Amino acid sequence: MFKIKKAKQLSDIIFQMEVEAPHIAKSCNPGQFLVAKIDEKGERIPLTICDYNREEGTVTIVFQIIGASTERMSKLQTGDYFRDFVGPLGVPSEFISEDIEELKNKKVLFVAGGVGTAPVYPQVKWFHEKGMKADVIVGAKSKDILILEDEMKAVAGNLYITTDDGSYGRKGLVTKVIEDLVNEGNHYDVVVAIGPMIMMKFVCMTTKKLGIKTIVSMNPIMVDGTGMCGACRLQIGDEIKFACVDGPEFDGHLVDFDAAMKRQSMYRTQEGRALLKEREGATHHHGGCGCGGDE
Amino acid sequence: MDALKRVPVREQDPKVRATNFEEVCLGYNLEEAMEEAGRCLNCKNAQCVKGCPVSIDIPGFIQQVKVGNIEEAARIIAKSSALPAVCGRVCPQESQCEGKCIRGIKGEPVSIGKLERFVADWSREHGFVPEKPETTNGKKVAVIGAGPAGLTCAGDLAKMGYEVTIFEALHEPGGVLVYGIPEFRLPKEKVVHAEIENVKKLGVKIETNVIIGKSVTIDQLFEEEGYEAIFIGSGAGLPKFMGIPGELANGVFSANEYLTRSNLMKAYKEDYDTPIIAGKIVAVVGGGNVAMDAARTAKRLGAEVHIVYRRSEKELPARAEEVHHAKEEGIILDILTNPKEILSNENGWVSGLRCVKMELGEADASGRRKPIEIKDSEFILEVDTVIMALGTSPNPLISSTTKGLDLNKRKCIIANEYGETTKKAVFAGGDAVSGAATVILAMEAGKKGAKGIHEYLSNK
Repeated sequence: MFKIKKAKQLSDIIFQMEVEAPHIAKSCNPGQFLVAKIDEKGERIPLTICDYNREEGTVTIVFQIIGASTERMSKLQTGDYFRDFVGPLGVPSEFISEDIEELKNKKVLFVAGGVGTAPVYPQVKWFHEKGMKADVIVGAKSKDILILEDEMKAVAGNLYITTDDGSYGRKGLVTKVIEDLVNEGNHYDVVVAIGPMIMMKFVCMTTKKLGIKTIVSMNPIMVDGTGMCGACRLQIGDEIKFACVDGPEFDGHLVDFDAAMKRQSMYRTQEGRALLKEREGATHHHGGCGCGGDE
Repeated sequence: MDALKRVPVREQDPKVRATNFEEVCLGYNLEEAMEEAGRCLNCKNAQCVKGCPVSIDIPGFIQQVKVGNIEEAARIIAKSSALPAVCGRVCPQESQCEGKCIRGIKGEPVSIGKLERFVADWSREHGFVPEKPETTNGKKVAVIGAGPAGLTCAGDLAKMGYEVTIFEALHEPGGVLVYGIPEFRLPKEKVVHAEIENVKKLGVKIETNVIIGKSVTIDQLFEEEGYEAIFIGSGAGLPKFMGIPGELANGVFSANEYLTRSNLMKAYKEDYDTPIIAGKIVAVVGGGNVAMDAARTAKRLGAEVHIVYRRSEKELPARAEEVHHAKEEGIILDILTNPKEILSNENGWVSGLRCVKMELGEADASGRRKPIEIKDSEFILEVDTVIMALGTSPNPLISSTTKGLDLNKRKCIIANEYGETTKKAVFAGGDAVSGAATVILAMEAGKKGAKGIHEYLSNK
C-alpha cells in the first residue's frame, strides 16, 4: 500500500498527489513515469513523475480525470492509499546523461500544454538545480486549468504563459509564442514539448520549419508499462517502438502523430462508458461496437 | 470397465461454457480418481517419470490415490512440485508423462494430469499444507519474477533453509499463470492464489510492484540489500509482431495485451475499470496455446473467432486438449492460411485481413513441413479485430541495466544446465533463458536453479 502524503486539487479535473514510494523516489529521474492502480478493480494508469523527494521517499503525480479509474482516484484524500504504485519506468530524459559543460552552452526551450506542465516541471527544475535557466512556455485552454504556475516561475528562466481564450497571459496557441520568440531574435538549440498529442504535433511542425531539434513525451495507451503488452507501440521514423521501454521521449520530428492519435482514441468509447457507469450506476456494458464512431 | 479406456472427466457443456469464464474441465471426484488410478500398471522402470521435467514419483502418488490415501499422494507430489494444481491443468501431458505411459501402447494412457489435479485440489480443499523448514541458514537469496520458474526456485530454496524474497514487477504474483492463462483453464483465486499461498507458507516473501533493473538493480541487491545469490526468472514478456503493414491499426492487439486485460485486469467483469475491445469477428494469428487462449477468450466476449495458422491442423503447437476444446466451442480454424496485410478503414480501425493460402512442402529445420504460398490464392478475411499470438521474446529490462550478464543472439540470458549465468552469483532459468516455452519447463529450470544456487552457496 502506498500512502498519499498530500492531495491537492489543481483545477476541476486536474489533481496533484504526493505519494510515499521509496523505491521510485530513490531511483527516478526527469522524463520517467510510473504506473498507479487505485485498488483491486482499478486500471493500471501510467503517469509521468512530476516531482520527487529522495530524502522523504515521496513522488508527486498530477493527473486529469479521463476514465473511471482516474475519476475514483480524484476522490482520494491525504492519508488514503494507492494499492499499487510501480516504477520508475521508461528512459530518463536525454540531457540527464549529457556532459554538463556542453549542456550549459545549449539553449533549451520547454513547451508545456495543459496537464503536460506536470512532467515538464521536474525537467526545468533539474536545469535550475544544475545552475541553468531554461525558458518555458506554458499553454492552457483558459486560466482556470493553468497549473503549477508558481512552482514553474521559481525554477524557469523566462516563463511565457498563453491561453487559447486570452483569459490569462498572452492569447493564442503555444506555437505562436515559439514563432514570436524566434522572430524576436531568441535562439534555441532544443525544444522539449509535452502536452496533448495534437499540441505536440503542431509544435513539431513549427520547430521543423524553424530547424530546431524537438523532443516530445508520448502518452499512448499502455497496460503493464514494462514492454509486455505492446499496446503503446508507435511509428518513429521507419521503426516501431514501444513508448514504455524505448521512450516515453522521442525525436518529435520522427513521430507519426496522426497514427498515434488514432490509436490513443481506441478505448474512448469504453472509457466514457465506464465513467458513466461510475457516476450514474447505469448498466453499461463493456465491449463496445468497436467502430470508434464517436471519435 | 474397459481397462484400455480412461475414466472420462466431466466438463462443462461446450455451448454453455462458450458464454462464461467458469472452468471448462470439472475434474475427477474421489471414486473416479481411485478408479482411474487403478489403471496404472505401477511399472518398475516408470517411463512417465522420465517424461516429467520435474521427475514427480508418478506411480508412487498414483498408488496412494488407488487406495484413497490422498494426503500421502499429495506429500509425494509436493517433494517435486510446488504447483501441482497448476501443472495438473496446464502441462502438455500428452507429450510428457502420458506420452510415455505403457498403457498408451494398446489403449489410452493413464490420465496422470487429471489425477495430479485431483490430488492437488483435494489437498487444498482439505487444508493440506506443505511442511515448513524448521531452521533457516541465514543466507538471503533474491528471486526475480513470481512466475512458475521463480515460484519453484523460491519454494525449493526455502525448503533447503534459505531466506528467499521474490520481486515481482506486476501487482499480482503468478506471472503467466495470472496474466496469460485464462480463468476458464486455470482459476486464479481457487487454484493459482492458493498455490502461491503454499509457497509463502514455506517462508518465501513476495514483494510486488518492484521492477528489478528499474526500481532496484541487480548490483544494488548484492551491495545494498545483502543478497548472496540471485535467480532471474523474468520470463519472455516482449510480444512479437509479424511486421506486416497495418499492425498499428486500432483493433490490433498482441495476445499479451488482450489476455492481460482479460485475465489480470478482469476486463470481462462488469465492476472492473479496465476496458477490453471484444470485436465482432476476430482473427487470432498463431497456433500455440496462447492463440487458443486468446481465441476462446474472444469467443466468451461474444465474437465470432477465426484461428489463422499457416501450417495444417496436425502441426498446431497447442495442446491437443486445447484445440479440441476450442473446436467444440465453435472456434473456426483457418489453417494453411498466412496473413499478408491488415486493412483498416478511414478511422484507423481494422476492416479486414488480407491472407494467402498455403500448402506444405519439404520438411524444414524444425522437422515440420515448410508452408509455401499458393500462387494467386489471396483473399480477404473480413474481421474487425486481429490478435497476434506469435510468441514472445525475453524482456530487456534486466539485461540492459546489468553489467556482465551476457545474452545470446535471441536476446535470451546465457545460462548453463544449473542456471549459472556469466555474472557471478546470478542464476537464471525459464523463458528468460529458453525463450517462450511451457509452465512445466520453467518449473524444471527453477528447480535446477535452486540446486545450482545451493551448490554455489554451500561451496562459497
